[in-house]
Amino acid sequence: MKSSAQAPRLAVFKFASCDGCQLSLLDLEDDLLTLAGAVDIAFFPEASSRMKKGPYEVGLVEGSITTHQDAGRILQIRRQCKTLVTIGACATAGGIQALRNWNDTAQWVAQIYPKPAYVRTLSTSTAIAQHVPVDYEIRGCPVNKRQLAEFLCALLAKRRPNIPTYSVCLECKRRGNACIAVTEGAGCLGPVTQAGCGAICPAYARGCYGCFGPMETPSAATLASYMQSQGTGADAVQRAFRSFHIFAWPNRQAADGPGDERKSQP
Amino acid sequence: MSEAPRNQPATRTIRVNYMARVEGEASLLIRMKAGKIHDVKLKIFEPPRLFESLLRGRHLTEAPDITARICGICPVAYQLTCAHALERALGITVDPMVRLLRRFLYAGEWIESHALHVYLLHAPDFLGYPDAIEMARKHPDVIAEALRLKKIGNRILTLVGGREVHPVSVAVGGFYKTPSKADLLSLKEELKWALDAAVRKVPFVAAFEFPDFEQDYEFVALSHPSEYPFNEGRLISNKGLDIEAGEYEHYFVEHQVKHSNALHSRLRDRGAYQVGPLARFNLNYAKLPKIAREAAQSCGLHIPCLNPFKSVIVRAVEMVFAIDEALRIIDLYEPPSVPRVTLPERPGEGCAITEAPRGINFNRFRFDENGILQFANIVPPTSQNQQRIEDDLRAFVPGVVALPAEELTLRCEQVVRNYDPCISCATHFLRVNLEQEGASEPARPGDGAC
Repeated sequence: MKSSAQAPRLAVFKFASCDGCQLSLLDLEDDLLTLAGAVDIAFFPEASSRMKKGPYEVGLVEGSITTHQDAGRILQIRRQCKTLVTIGACATAGGIQALRNWNDTAQWVAQIYPKPAYVRTLSTSTAIAQHVPVDYEIRGCPVNKRQLAEFLCALLAKRRPNIPTYSVCLECKRRGNACIAVTEGAGCLGPVTQAGCGAICPAYARGCYGCFGPMETPSAATLASYMQSQGTGADAVQRAFRSFHIFAWPNRQAADGPGDERKSQP
Repeated sequence: MSEAPRNQPATRTIRVNYMARVEGEASLLIRMKAGKIHDVKLKIFEPPRLFESLLRGRHLTEAPDITARICGICPVAYQLTCAHALERALGITVDPMVRLLRRFLYAGEWIESHALHVYLLHAPDFLGYPDAIEMARKHPDVIAEALRLKKIGNRILTLVGGREVHPVSVAVGGFYKTPSKADLLSLKEELKWALDAAVRKVPFVAAFEFPDFEQDYEFVALSHPSEYPFNEGRLISNKGLDIEAGEYEHYFVEHQVKHSNALHSRLRDRGAYQVGPLARFNLNYAKLPKIAREAAQSCGLHIPCLNPFKSVIVRAVEMVFAIDEALRIIDLYEPPSVPRVTLPERPGEGCAITEAPRGINFNRFRFDENGILQFANIVPPTSQNQQRIEDDLRAFVPGVVALPAEELTLRCEQVVRNYDPCISCATHFLRVNLEQEGASEPARPGDGAC
């Protein structure tokens, strides 16, 4: 897109994902043209046919690694990006597709494709950080577009981005929601989930389903036993932690207990 | 591969390694031999995420949140198709106001998705820009209005569902929470502006230069007795198809090709068909509100429209419909007494079809007495159009093959973008490759062998 000598070069890369996180950039409707004026959007295939070669100051990576080729591509991308940022649950924690890490992927492929041999995929879906060093993580399924804008502003101003690592509970209180775990006994992952969404699920009368992943030092296992003590079945508690951030460590501990036998390596 | 003299225009290969301005990862390969199309392959290298398998073992109430993640551009299409299929399986009927609110939510997604595709992804093709940002320099007012239109679509999603992408309020049986009448009324003034703006925009889009290209399509879309289709109706075509959702799998077959991670869907014994805006418009024209029909007529868009490039005008007309429908719903809506009905505990199996912005989305689910999903079949719009896109290219390329390579490639990409393929959605889809025989480029790493 725009080319400027000073503007930092921004690139957006996609791996296994739904495109929702990079769409959040285009969803910055009021600020999109301002952003395009402040950075050189050098590589963003979903939005532009003009794809400039690297290196780039900042690379936003969406999606998880599920193919041998993508495991190779992320190594090349890391070399081209001064700052590498994962955007969203897939890039940060493997995404919902990491459910395969607990299952027989070959059998899954055979359930869907009449000719499984044509499909080349790894038996695991893994986070970008399991393959290359990552400089920043922006959480969410999808990311919050305001957090994404804040991150890019901070990057331009060369300051530390203001991205909270506390729990959804703090946002929920600020929003003035009555606690639905207390008042309605709803299974809510808010106490162990990182803030950033604006506590939307409790505001829409349902428990948080953890799409921003674990907060800093969460007590996920404690919440898991509390949920069971409140009448949520063990299977339902396990499924709650085995969702969009299934592959994040605290969620694995809460869902599996000590005997975690997932496939950890691609 | 036989050695052919280089620079012989009769024998060439078009290769686009990474399709831009489409959602997801795909490439296109077109091989010409002796002036004739030898091979067209729309290759989807979007890595498979295996949604239909990962849904097995989940509780049915979790399914709408999971299927939403199939696509970041049309999550509501997945949430609603899934909720409808599960509700049918459970034998429950939602409150009429819930049905109306779902139409409102779907209208928001259509507005947002069509604004994105028409102005940010497709218009740059017709006007010769690499992207909307460049286009904004020459057409600042157009892009500013397009972004405002897109935003109003997103405001509907945010109001009803909490956020633009993967809204959180859709539940099996209704909604987790329904908005008040005042909440909906807060959007009325902006939607009135949007209706004017969308009508004004139709002639701008209709003035693009369209290639003279028509095909004998079988159009497939939902048809409802009184409404332009979103969530319900019989599945019909211009060639005699008229079925219920439950009969879908008897009439349509999915076929796996080696070059693509998306299954190709075909009509049994008939082959490729087209879903999406053009199909809906041609089959349901009479059900468009007067304001949308007038917008179409005023720029000379009539049925049947058989030119896939003109699907961009149809999208602009459908935006008029979606905004008009949202305004109509605001006037009719009253919050339902309960946001959702209680779900019975019983095993079940059910299917549903709804009209995603890009065409019909078919879902079938089966679950046990505990509500745990045992089986899922999801056929997204892009799987359905994939064969049709290849067939369009096969018919289109011979007419433009004399063009310089760069322009030819651009025109081929444009054929693909007519369908607004949503490649991430293709759960079980492109790179444009025009190869010069004997001088083929090395395959992109990551591509399967073909």
